[in-house]
Amino acid sequence: MSPEDQILWAVALPLIGAVGIVLAAKQPNLREAVTLVTASLLFVDVWTLAPSVLAGARPAVDAFEVIPGASLNFVVEPLGMTFACVASLLWIVNSVYSIGYMRGNKEHKQTRFYVCFAIALASTMGVAFAGNLITLFIFYEALTLCTYPLVTHKGTEDAMQSGRTYLGILISTSIGLQLLAIIWTWNATGNMAFVAGGFLAGNIEGPEVGLLLFLYMFGIGKAALMPIHRWLPAAMVAPTPVSALLHAVAVVKAGVFSVVKVIVYVFGVDYLAGEPSGQWLLYVAGFTIIVASVIALRQDNLKRRLAYSTVSQLSYVVLAAAILSPLSVIGAALHIAAHAFGKITLFFAAGSIYTAAHKDRISQLDGIGRRMPWTMGAFAVGAVSMIGLPPTAGFLSKWYMLLGALETQQMVAVGVIVASTLLNAAYFLPIVYQAFFKTEATDGNPGTEHGEAPWPIVVALCSTATLTVLLFLFPGPALELARQLAGG
Amino acid sequence: MSVAAHLPALQVALPLIAAPLCSLLRRPGVAWGFATLVSWVVLVIAALLLAQVLSEGTLIYEMGGWAAPWGIIYEVDTINAFMLLIVAAIGAIVTPYARHTVTAEVPAEQHNLFYAAWLLCLTGLLGIAITGDAFNVFVFLEISSLSSYVLIAASNDRRALTAAYQYLVLGTIGATFYLIGVGLIYMMTGTLNISDMAERLPDVANTRPIRAAAGFITVGIALKFALFPLHLWLPNAYTYAPSAVSAFLAATATKVSIYVLLRFEFVVFGVDIGIANFHFSEFLMPLCVLAFLAGSTVAIFQNDVKRLLAYSSVAQIGYMVLGVSFYSLDGMTAGIVHLFNHAMIKSALFMVMGCIMLRVGSVQIKDLHGIGRHMPWTMFAFVLGGLSLIGVPLTVGFISKWYLILGALEEGGYGFAIAAAVLISSLLSVIYIWRVVEVAYFKPSPHGAAEITEAPLGMLIPTWLLIGANIYFGVQTDLTVGVARQAAALLLGIDL
Repeated sequence: MSPEDQILWAVALPLIGAVGIVLAAKQPNLREAVTLVTASLLFVDVWTLAPSVLAGARPAVDAFEVIPGASLNFVVEPLGMTFACVASLLWIVNSVYSIGYMRGNKEHKQTRFYVCFAIALASTMGVAFAGNLITLFIFYEALTLCTYPLVTHKGTEDAMQSGRTYLGILISTSIGLQLLAIIWTWNATGNMAFVAGGFLAGNIEGPEVGLLLFLYMFGIGKAALMPIHRWLPAAMVAPTPVSALLHAVAVVKAGVFSVVKVIVYVFGVDYLAGEPSGQWLLYVAGFTIIVASVIALRQDNLKRRLAYSTVSQLSYVVLAAAILSPLSVIGAALHIAAHAFGKITLFFAAGSIYTAAHKDRISQLDGIGRRMPWTMGAFAVGAVSMIGLPPTAGFLSKWYMLLGALETQQMVAVGVIVASTLLNAAYFLPIVYQAFFKTEATDGNPGTEHGEAPWPIVVALCSTATLTVLLFLFPGPALELARQLAGG
Repeated sequence: MSVAAHLPALQVALPLIAAPLCSLLRRPGVAWGFATLVSWVVLVIAALLLAQVLSEGTLIYEMGGWAAPWGIIYEVDTINAFMLLIVAAIGAIVTPYARHTVTAEVPAEQHNLFYAAWLLCLTGLLGIAITGDAFNVFVFLEISSLSSYVLIAASNDRRALTAAYQYLVLGTIGATFYLIGVGLIYMMTGTLNISDMAERLPDVANTRPIRAAAGFITVGIALKFALFPLHLWLPNAYTYAPSAVSAFLAATATKVSIYVLLRFEFVVFGVDIGIANFHFSEFLMPLCVLAFLAGSTVAIFQNDVKRLLAYSSVAQIGYMVLGVSFYSLDGMTAGIVHLFNHAMIKSALFMVMGCIMLRVGSVQIKDLHGIGRHMPWTMFAFVLGGLSLIGVPLTVGFISKWYLILGALEEGGYGFAIAAAVLISSLLSVIYIWRVVEVAYFKPSPHGAAEITEAPLGMLIPTWLLIGANIYFGVQTDLTVGVARQAAALLLGIDL
C-alpha cells in the first residue's frame, strides 16, 4: 500500500468501523470487537507511515475540490504525524477502558456512544493530516458535531445544558471567527495550503496581523484560551472515556495542534516575531495558564479539577508557540504528546475511582490508595508528568519551553512557567498525599467496601502511565519529528 | 423543425395545457399521477435547455414566428436557464411528494382543482423565468400569484384563508407597482421587449419617468420576494399553507422574483448607466443586512417550526440580495448560487415538516419531544438540512456562505462589518435549528407517542433526494458555482 493510500485509509477506517458498529448493534461482544479491530488497524496504518515521515518524506494526496481552487487535501508533516500516532495509539487503550467503564456503569445507548467515538477518531485523523486550511476547518467542525452527542450522552437536563454550552462556544467561535480568518487569508493571499515558514509575509502587514491572529486564536475555540474555555469544564458531564480520550487528547489537541499549525505554517515563526501587533498572544496564554491553575486549585470535583488543569496545560502549548523560537516550538510539539499521555492517565484514574467507589470528589479520597493501589499509583505518575518532573514526559516538553523562553529573553514566559509549575504541584500533590497517607473516613458505614476497578480499566490506566515514563526514557523519534517541525 | 427547436415554448405550454386537463381528472390519485408526470417532463425540458444554452449560447425563440419587438420572444441565456432548472427540479421532486400530505390536508373533492392550480403555478413561475418580454413577465407573475393564493387557501386550516388574503392584497400591490414601472418605461422607449428596452434606455436614462419606473419596479418586485420590511405576508403564508405548497413556494416563488429584479437592475437599467447616480444597492444593502439579522432573531422565538423556517427564509432572501448588491463577480456569484442552494435547503426542510405534520398532526416545538426516536429518518434529514442552512462545510449552505463572505471582504472597509453580520446571523441560525434538534432527540417522548411511526416512503424518498443534493452540490460545485459565475459575468458584462 502506498503512503497516499494509507492517508486516505486513516480517515476511512474509523468511518467503516462506525458502519460496522451500527450493524453489530444487537450483539455487544461483536460490536466491541469491531471497535477494537478498527482501532488496531488504524494504529498499524498510522504507525507504519511514521518511518518514512521521519526519513523526510511528506506524502500528500488530493481528494476532491471543495470550492473551486481549493481541494480537500492531505499532507503528512511531522506535527500531524505525532498527533495521529498519539491519538491512534490511545484509541486502542481507551477502547479497552471504555468497555470496562460502560459495562461497569451499565450506561445506556452504548451503540451510539461507540459510533460517535469512531467518527470522532476519523475527524481527528482528518485534522492531523489536513494539508490546507479548508480541510482543517472541515474536520475541525466534524469533530465538534460528532462529539456533541457524547457530551449530552446522559440525556439529563444538566447534560443538555452543558451540551448547549459546548456546541454554542465551539460552533460560534469557529464559524464567527475562524471561518472569517480563513476567508480573509484566502482573499489576501490566494493560498490556503500550509507552507513551511508561512505565506502571509508581504500580503498582510501591520496591525492587521494582530487582528488576523486574534481571529485565528479565538476562532480555534478547542484550544480553550480564556475567556472561551468554558466549554471544556462543561464537557466533563460526559462519560469518563469521552473526557479521557476526547477532552484530554483528541478534541483539545486538535485545538492546540491547529494553533501551532497556523503559527508555524500560515504566519511563519520569523514573520510573526517581527510583527509587534502579534505579541499579545504570549500574555493571553500566560494569563490563561495561571488563572486556570488557580481555579483548578479551588475545585473539589475531581473531573472539574482535571478539566481546569487541561485548560492551563493547553495554554502551555499556545505559550510555547507564541514564544516564537525553534526550541519552544519543539517544546510545543512534545507537549502535545506528553500532556496526552499524562492527562488520559489522570482521567482514567478518575473514572476508575467512580466505577469502583462511586466517588467523584477529592475530599472523599482519603486513604483510597490502599484500596486501589494501581489506580492511584498511575494517578501519581500522571500528576508528576503534569508538574513536569523527571522521569516523566512532562519534564521534556517543559525543558524545551524554558530553553526557548530563555533563548529569546521572554522573561514573562519564564515566570509563568515557574509559577504554574508550583501551582500544578499545589493542586495535584495533595490528592496523592491524601490517597496514600491519610486514613479512610469510614463513618462506621460498612457498605463502602471496594477494591480495584474492573481489569480492563486497570490495564488501560497502567499502560498509559507506562507510556508517560517511556516517552521520557525514549524520546528519540518524537524529538526528531519536533525538530523537523521547528527546522522548517 | 424538430421538437428540440420548440423546447422553449414547450417548457411553458406543456404545464399550461396540462392544468385544465388535470381539473377534469376526478379521481385524486389520477390527478396526482398526471401532475407528477408533467412535472418530470418539464424537468427534462429544462435540463435539455440548460445543456443547449451552455453549449450554444443564448437561445431566442419567437412565439408564433413574430419577430421582436412586435411579437413576444422567449430569450434563454445562462441565468434564466438556471432558474428554469431550479423551478423544474423542485417541481419534479415536490409533486410526487405531495400525494400523502395533500390527501391529509386538502378535502378530497378538491384534489383535481388543487393539482390544476399547482400546474398553473408551475407554468407561471417558468414563464416569468423564460420570457423576454416585460409585459409577459407581468402576465406570468399574475398566473403564478393567483394560483398560489388558491394553493395556500386550499388548506384545511382556516387561518390559511386570512394568510392567502393578506398575500393577495400585498401581492397585488407588488404586481401593480411592477406594471406601473413597465408602463412608464414603455412610454419613454416604446418597447416592451427587455433587450430592446436595454438598448433604448441610455438615451432617456436621466429622465424622471425612468427614475420613477426604476423605483416602482424595484419596490414592487421586492414586495414579491419579501425583502425586509416588505416581508409581512410571507410568514403567515408559509405557515398555514398545505405542507407541499410551503415546500414548493419557499423554494421557487421568491427565487423567481429575485431573478426578475436581476434582469431589470442589470440588463434594463444596466450597471453602467447608473441612472442619475442611482444605484439600487445603496438602499438594498442595508435592508438585506437588517433582513437577515432581524429574520434570524425573530426565528429564534418561534414555537411553530414552519413559521420558524419562514422567518429563516426572510433572512436567507437577505443573503441572496446582499450578494447581488455588491456589484462584484464573487458577490453576484454568491447571490445566484444561493438561489439554487437555498431552494434545495428550504424545500427539504419544509418537506420534513410535511412528514411530521402527517404523523404528529402538529409542528409546534412542544409536540416534537422525542420525535427523533419515532421518525429517525425524517429527523435525521432535518439535522442534515439544518446543518446545510447553518452553512457547515460539505453542504451547499457552506458554498453560498463562502462566496458571500468573500464578496463582502472584497468590498474592504465596511465589507468587514457586513461579513461579521453574516456570520452573526449564521450563529443565530445555529440556535433556532438546535432548538428543534435538541427537543427531538434529547427530550423524552410524551405518553401516547408510541403510535407515531416513520413517514411513508413516498415522502421520505423525495425528501432524502433533496438532502442528498444538499451534500452532493456541497462537494461537487462545478455545475452550480460554474453556471452561477457565468450568469454573474453575463449580468455584469464581464468576459470570463
